[in-house]
Amino acid sequence: MCLGIPGEILETHAGAGGLRFGTVRFGAAEREVCLEYVPEALVGDYVIVHVGLAISTLSPEDAQEVFGYLEEMQAMADLGEEMDELGRAEVP
Amino acid sequence: MRYLDEYRDGAAAQRYAETLRTIVTRPWTLMEVCGGQTHAIVRYGIDELLPSEITLIHGPGCPVCVTPVSILDRAFRLARRPDVIFTSFGDMLRVPGSADDLLRVRAEGGDVRIVYSPLDAIAIAERERDRQVVFFAVGFETTAPANAMAVQLAARKRLANFSLLVAQVRVPPALEAILAAPECRVQAFLAAGHVCTVMGTAEYAPLSRRYGVPVVVTGFEPLDLLQGVAMAVRQLEEGRADVEIQYSRVVRPEGNRVARRAVEEVFEITDREWRGLGPIAQSGFRLRDRYVEFDAERRFADDTAASHEDPDCQAGLVLQGRKRPQECPAFGGRCTPEHPLGAPMVSSEGACAAYYLYRRRLAPAGAAGTA
Repeated sequence: MCLGIPGEILETHAGAGGLRFGTVRFGAAEREVCLEYVPEALVGDYVIVHVGLAISTLSPEDAQEVFGYLEEMQAMADLGEEMDELGRAEVP
Repeated sequence: MRYLDEYRDGAAAQRYAETLRTIVTRPWTLMEVCGGQTHAIVRYGIDELLPSEITLIHGPGCPVCVTPVSILDRAFRLARRPDVIFTSFGDMLRVPGSADDLLRVRAEGGDVRIVYSPLDAIAIAERERDRQVVFFAVGFETTAPANAMAVQLAARKRLANFSLLVAQVRVPPALEAILAAPECRVQAFLAAGHVCTVMGTAEYAPLSRRYGVPVVVTGFEPLDLLQGVAMAVRQLEEGRADVEIQYSRVVRPEGNRVARRAVEEVFEITDREWRGLGPIAQSGFRLRDRYVEFDAERRFADDTAASHEDPDCQAGLVLQGRKRPQECPAFGGRCTPEHPLGAPMVSSEGACAAYYLYRRRLAPAGAAGTA
């Protein structure tokens, strides 16, 4: 029910009730989406679409965060191992 | 597809799981709130990838599953009226009430139509002015802005033949009900990413503080879920209980201000009953007085008939994370997606449906018992 799909805005236009709409591409499919709740979103931006309405503009800067966090965790784990080895080396 | 496929990378998922093993020192129990997250976890086997110390239990985040039988029965009575076109998301069609479901109502002559958006129901109401169009407004905060927009449009267009049967619920009061239960085992929440996309995170800070539970607002793809677990476990291991956002590419701390304004303009907070959980104070939305003409419950007189659950259905325990689907004696036998006893077996976000789809052959009844 809370499914939200990312898609790219191809164009924008005035639609039903004078609201802001746009054509949004999801892979090979295109759909008309209401953009009234994402006034900041422009052509070329990706938005998250839920039941025909965009509810958020995707932040490209934050899109890699999932990989950055993994690197950070691995670096911490490696450091932990090195410290363990150092600790063991110091034991007479 | 961009912004989907990269978060399903199997090698990165393995690395997440390996790294998690280096930070876990003792057992932790996490609840993922949203049914969409449950399906991804079961489908991709995320739970099986995790270190054995981490247990994921499935939360109540399936609006279809928690819509009370009394409202479903009311929906069926409305849908049987000859003057009504009853519109609904497809998810609701097989959900059983006391004795019926919308598919049967349709087979017996009711004009039940599946729509993709409440705005489609508005378009039907504009086209068919001599019929009453009722939209079944089921959903969490994620869906509330769309329903609010439909009501605002109906008001602006003076559509006297459009109304909502409102079954809108709010997540934070349900999480509080889970945390307040004496048997609660939840030590951290993976909160529902799209609910917070709309509402932001402010409502979760008091919960996190009062009960000392980390809350990590998490997305729906395998790597999102693994990072969410890692962030929650790191908080638990460090003795912290903060609200953090994993799904930062989509969720802002303040939510979507424009959408929230529309929700606040159209709806007000009210007590609601949750199927399987019972009544929860302040856990739902209803239309404000200025929009009450669009409330289907006011527009159509109704003889309230007694509603009842199938006594063999254990959906309530599943929705509270107290039982796994296969522990229910009816799972896969008396209860299947074709002949469901309860909503979680038919909803695309229901935990029972997820286990039936992805785990039926692997896990005999009781094999994956709760800790």
